[in-house]
Amino acid sequence: MSSTLDAGGSANTHPSTWKRPPVLVKNNTLRYALIIGAIVYLVLAIGSLEVNWARVYEGLDRGWQFVKGFLQPDFTSRWKDIKIGMIESLTMALTSTVAGVLISIPIGIGAARNLVPPFVYRICRSIIAISRSLQEIIIAILFVAMFGFGPFAGFLTLSFATIGFLSKLLAEDIEVVDKSQLEAVRATGASWWQLVNYAVQPQVAPRLIGLSLYRLDINFRESAVIGIVGAGGIGATLNTAIDRYEYDSAGAILLIIISVVMLAEYLSGYARKWVQ
Amino acid sequence: MLRVDALSKTYATGDKALDDVSFTVEAGQVVGLIGPSGAGKSTLIRCVNRLVEPTSGSVHLNDEAITGLSRKHLGQMRRRIGMIFQEYALVERLTVMENVLSGRLGYVSFWRSFMRRYPAEDVQQAFALLDRVGLVQHANKRADALSGGQRQRVGIARALEQNPELLLVDEPTASLDPKTSRLIMRLIVEICSERNLPAIINIHDVVLARQFTQRIIGLQEGRVVFDGAPNELDDSVLTRIYGEEDWTDIEGARSEESAEDDVSEA
Repeated sequence: MSSTLDAGGSANTHPSTWKRPPVLVKNNTLRYALIIGAIVYLVLAIGSLEVNWARVYEGLDRGWQFVKGFLQPDFTSRWKDIKIGMIESLTMALTSTVAGVLISIPIGIGAARNLVPPFVYRICRSIIAISRSLQEIIIAILFVAMFGFGPFAGFLTLSFATIGFLSKLLAEDIEVVDKSQLEAVRATGASWWQLVNYAVQPQVAPRLIGLSLYRLDINFRESAVIGIVGAGGIGATLNTAIDRYEYDSAGAILLIIISVVMLAEYLSGYARKWVQ
Repeated sequence: MLRVDALSKTYATGDKALDDVSFTVEAGQVVGLIGPSGAGKSTLIRCVNRLVEPTSGSVHLNDEAITGLSRKHLGQMRRRIGMIFQEYALVERLTVMENVLSGRLGYVSFWRSFMRRYPAEDVQQAFALLDRVGLVQHANKRADALSGGQRQRVGIARALEQNPELLLVDEPTASLDPKTSRLIMRLIVEICSERNLPAIINIHDVVLARQFTQRIIGLQEGRVVFDGAPNELDDSVLTRIYGEEDWTDIEGARSEESAEDDVSEA
C-alpha cells in the first residue's frame, strides 16, 4: 500500500515529463531538414506563379456581370433549351449510373483480394486503374470524336467513369468485411457464389447503395461539365449561354444545377439511413 | 468418430502452431480443448474442417479422409461438420431464419439459396431447431437485434441445421456472462448427448471445461501435453499447460465438485 503511495509522492524517481516519440521520421536532423525543405519549396513554388494583376482586374468586371446574372436569373427566355438540357442530363446521369453500377459489381468483387485468386484480382485492378487514370473530360472528348455530339457519348463517358469509382470503393469495402462471418458461411460447405450472396452481400449492400446514390449525384454534376466538350445535356446549354454572354440564363442554369444536387444530397442521406 | 493423426501446421510466417497432434474422439464424446492463448487451439479446430490448411498429418471423420480432399469434395465434407464460433459469427444483417437456413447451403443449389426457397423439410427443421433453442418467436428478426446469449443460440441452431456428424466449437462463451455461459455450455452438451455427436470445444475457462466436458486435451505451444478425464486436471497439470501460477481457486472448485459428487452418490 505504502509503496504505491510513494510512487506519486515526493520520493519520486520516475520522470515527470514525457514526449510523444516522432511518428514518421525518427532521425531528428532528417526530420527538421524535411520540414525546412518543404517550406522552402512551397515559398519558391508560390514565387514562380506568374499573375497578371491587370488581367485579374479586368476579369473582376466580368465576374461581377456573372454575379449580377445570378441575382437576376432569367429562366424564361431560354426555358425550352434549359428544359431539354435538363431532361437530357438527368437521363444521362440515371442511365449511366445504372449501367456503371451493374458493371462495377462483378469488377468490384473481382478486385477484392479476400475473394478471388491473384490473377483475377490483378485483371480487375487493372481495369479500375485504367478507368480511374482517365479524367471524364478526356474520355468525353474521345467518345464525342467516336460517336459524335450528343448525350450518347456522355452516357458512355459517365458509365466508364462510374466503373472506376464504384468498383474501387466496393472492392475496398469487401476487403474489410467481418472475416468471422465469411468463415462461418464457408464452414457450412457453401459454394463461392453462396458465400458472396450470404456473407459478403449483406455486409456491403448498404454502402453500395449509398455509393451508387452518391455517384448518381456526381454523374449529374459531371454531365454539366462534359456537355461543354460536346457530350450533350445541360452542360451544352450552359456552354451556349456563356458563349452568347447570356449570363442571366447561365445563372438560371447554375441555380437549377445547384438545387438538383442539393435535392439529391437530401434524398441520398435519407435513403442511406433507410437501408442501414 | 474423429481421428486426428500427426497433425502439424506451420504458418507462412514460420510460426509453428501445431506440432504432431494426434487423438481420436468417439461418437457422443465432448472434448474440452484448453491451453494458453496462442497454443494453437483455434488452429487445431480449423484444421479439422480445413478453414486452415494443415501442413502435414491427416484428419478422418468416420473413416473418411478430410485432408487431401479437392475443393469440391471439401464443401461436401464441411457440410457434415457443424461449427460454432466465438462472437457468434452470425451474418448480422440477415434474419435469424436466414442464418439458421444457411446451415443448408452445402446441400442446396445456388438458385434455391439465392431465392431463399429452401426445401420444406429444411424449413421445418429450422423452425424445430429454433424452438429447441427457444427462439422461434424471433425467426424474422435481424440477427443484430438479439442479445449475446440469443445470438449464440442461433449459432448453435445454424450448426445443427447441417445435421452434422461432428461439432467444432470455438470459444463459445468468450463474450458471455457467467450464467449465460453455463446455459450455452449446457445446451451444447445436451444436444451432443441427444444426437450422439462428438464435439471439440475450444475453451479458456478451465472451470467451465471441467464442469461440462467428459475429456480434456491440454495444448501448449502446439503440442498435446495433457489428455485425460476432467478430474485428473490438478495443480501440476495446469502448471504443465499454462505455466507456474497459484491454482488454488480452480483447485478449490474441483474439490468442491468432487465433494458434491460424493454427496449425491451417497
